[in-house]
Amino acid sequence: MIYKRLTTLMLIFTAVFIFSSCGDKKSSGPNISEDAASRVYVPPGKYDEFYSFVSGGFSGQLAVYGLPSGRLFRVIPVFSVDPEKGWGYTEETKPMLMTTHGFIPWDDSHHSELSMTDGVPDGRWIFINGNNTPRIARIDLKTFRTAEIIEIPNSAGNHSSPFTTENSEYVVAGTRFSIPIKEKDVPISSYTEKFNGTVSFVKVDPKSGNMSVAFQIMSPPFDYDLSHAGKNASHDWFFFSCYNTEQAHTLLEVNASQKDKDFIMAVNWKKAEEYVAQGKAKDYSADYYHNTYSDETHSATSEVLKTVKVLDPKDCPGMIYYIPCPKSPHGCDVDPSGEYIVGGGKLATVIPVFSFTKMLKAIEGKQFDGEIGGIPVIKYEAALHGEVQKPGLGPLHTEFDDKGYAYTSMFVSSEVVKWDIKKLEVVDRAPSYYSVGHIMIPGGDSKKPWGKYLVVMNKITKDRFLPTGPELTQSAQLYDITGDKMKLLLDFPTIGEPHYAQGIIADLVSKNSVKIFKIGENKNPYVTKSPNDVKVERKGNEIHVYMTMIRSHFTPDNIEGIKLGDVVYFHVTNLEQDWDIPHGFAVKGLMNSEMLIMPGETQTIKWEPKEVGVYPFYCTDFCSALHQEMQGYIRVSPANANIQISFSTGK
Amino acid sequence: MKKISKILIIAAALSLVTGFFLPLWDISLEAPQYPEGLGMKIWVNKISGDLQTINGLNHYIGMKTIEPDSIKELSIMPYILGFLVITGILTGFAGRKKLLAVWVLIFVIAGIAGGVDFYMWEYDYGHNLNPEAAIKVPGMNYQPPLIGSKELLNFVAHSYPDTAGIIIIISGILSVCVLLFENISSRKLKVSEVKNETKVEKESIKFTADKSVRSGFIMQQ
Repeated sequence: MIYKRLTTLMLIFTAVFIFSSCGDKKSSGPNISEDAASRVYVPPGKYDEFYSFVSGGFSGQLAVYGLPSGRLFRVIPVFSVDPEKGWGYTEETKPMLMTTHGFIPWDDSHHSELSMTDGVPDGRWIFINGNNTPRIARIDLKTFRTAEIIEIPNSAGNHSSPFTTENSEYVVAGTRFSIPIKEKDVPISSYTEKFNGTVSFVKVDPKSGNMSVAFQIMSPPFDYDLSHAGKNASHDWFFFSCYNTEQAHTLLEVNASQKDKDFIMAVNWKKAEEYVAQGKAKDYSADYYHNTYSDETHSATSEVLKTVKVLDPKDCPGMIYYIPCPKSPHGCDVDPSGEYIVGGGKLATVIPVFSFTKMLKAIEGKQFDGEIGGIPVIKYEAALHGEVQKPGLGPLHTEFDDKGYAYTSMFVSSEVVKWDIKKLEVVDRAPSYYSVGHIMIPGGDSKKPWGKYLVVMNKITKDRFLPTGPELTQSAQLYDITGDKMKLLLDFPTIGEPHYAQGIIADLVSKNSVKIFKIGENKNPYVTKSPNDVKVERKGNEIHVYMTMIRSHFTPDNIEGIKLGDVVYFHVTNLEQDWDIPHGFAVKGLMNSEMLIMPGETQTIKWEPKEVGVYPFYCTDFCSALHQEMQGYIRVSPANANIQISFSTGK
Repeated sequence: MKKISKILIIAAALSLVTGFFLPLWDISLEAPQYPEGLGMKIWVNKISGDLQTINGLNHYIGMKTIEPDSIKELSIMPYILGFLVITGILTGFAGRKKLLAVWVLIFVIAGIAGGVDFYMWEYDYGHNLNPEAAIKVPGMNYQPPLIGSKELLNFVAHSYPDTAGIIIIISGILSVCVLLFENISSRKLKVSEVKNETKVEKESIKFTADKSVRSGFIMQQ
């Protein structure tokens, strides 16, 4: 009897033990640093050491986090409208989202890339690509706002973008989807004859940052995936990975996975510049939009450009070479020295590392395996430095530290692998939760990585956070990489799908951050610089309200004489010159969005009232003790009413 | 006047020129939501700083807008300062003790008058409030301190001389000292004649320490 009871008790204990240990295993994982909490803790009022700019993927935005805390500071609207800020809704910002397809409120923003000086991030601008409707945006890090968006002609799926050369001479764009370029309306089955890929070199003005498409290079219909510029000795070169060299146009999952090797395309962009200067480029007619936002006029303007210069590799010997790379490569990453080019073949069982010096020798010695579309294919072994054996499954993307190590994400085996670049030996591996895509070390794709932290951006979240129904948060993880072993410090949620990120020491950016716009320098055509200058004007059925806002009132705040059928434009100027005192503006029945107006800024929102009545408007951003009192009324009368325009405040 | 006194008076007069290039007075405000600081600087002919922000905040408690254009002192002060510089240099070159006494007197009076005027200006801004103000605290006035710090609702106001103000004050003290030194040295001569040196020396120390006696002393001269 006693034995039986003891046995039952033991069974219960065993069961409890198993269950509890299961619980432990689920919520943490190995390799957690013992001092993880203190390593990521940034005390109240203290600053993070790094800014990180994490792409928002299908949100079309760019998110700014602090490292090591993982705290979210700001979501910068780029390719997608943002009703919170009025981005894409105010008259001033609408032109930023204009394309040849019309106004587009969304895109898929994949890769963020900081501007560089001497191969090191300089903290001036950050570029990001729009994948779906091919575009590149430049964000000004003085204001953390999108300053410019340029559409890329002759392109589809702008994926291998917007990586930049050592002094941001160029940012690039490469087609993930080849398309028919010369004739547009062709059978899909004519893919191999009529379709082409292109890579574009977009010139960046070193002072203003303004972008212009300098030239495009026509290529066979491969799918260009990612790219990186050379450094030091390889400064003149740009490397693009590509897949679907099978040239499939259907069921790519199978048909584009047949060859053992695809390519890394090496482009000598200095040579390309020479060919353009020699007049080898042909002018193609192609409409594309170029939208710029001015901090002086606080408004955007669009121009439509009509031609683009296109180089054909057949006419340009010595400009482009293909290097075979196993298999369907994604990442195409250049180490800090500029000597080693690492391919991340998603379906490969090794990580190939190419040597720039060997590549040049192979070109010199003409060690080619034929050519494709006029582009010589270098012999694999001739350019190869070596292969990392058994690194894991699904190598995707490689970043570098400042101690001669490379870190490669393994999507399929869900881990990060650290390896010695020269010896090609794996020295450590750390699991990710789950299925890591891209990774980021601050400065990790530059000449001088700040090799302290590694951010891992995961594709799958599953059970890492409290569940939120079928749609879960996206997630990133932070690892300490200062020691021999990578140590997991932190999980943090992200917006959109975090495809790619950049990190930079905070000082380089924070010192330039703008606090207010000077009202005296406001050149918006609809600015009102003093409450004494406010007015309401009728132009046919257009009503222009020139309004000011300052704590805690609008001038004017009583407006009459609007008639049904009128289109009302509220041109609202925030007169504050005080740090962090934006005001918001919304009127009942506004069908687009609110406006959030920074100190010294003017923004305009269009309102078309649908019914007769008196409509309240108010400040939406809690600004002061009398924020609730910051309100007004606008009266809308019948179309045939005989009521003149009148306006007032405090009467 | 002794040579050293002449040099010191010319130096004191010349140092007043800094008043044309540097601020005289600094008023700063401290509050939790202004970690970056908030304040204004008074110059001989203008007021700089976060005037617009301060005006914006002050309207809640009904204070008048600070508008440098309507402050007449700002148009007068440059002339007073210029007058002191020129007459000071002339006094130094002339080297006459009576002229020195007159110049120092004008200087001291101008200083005191400036202080009184500043106080009255502050009093007016702090007390003369709009009865329709949104925030009314019974018995509260918002007069900033003449010199020192004072709590005004959620702000702590600090009022202190700025660089040029400090230089002008030092210049004033120096001028008074020169005047005293000149008088004592002449008194010494007289006293040594009656061989009663020690007693008067003590007296002279007392004079330098006591400002109120000092001005009376000047008058007697």
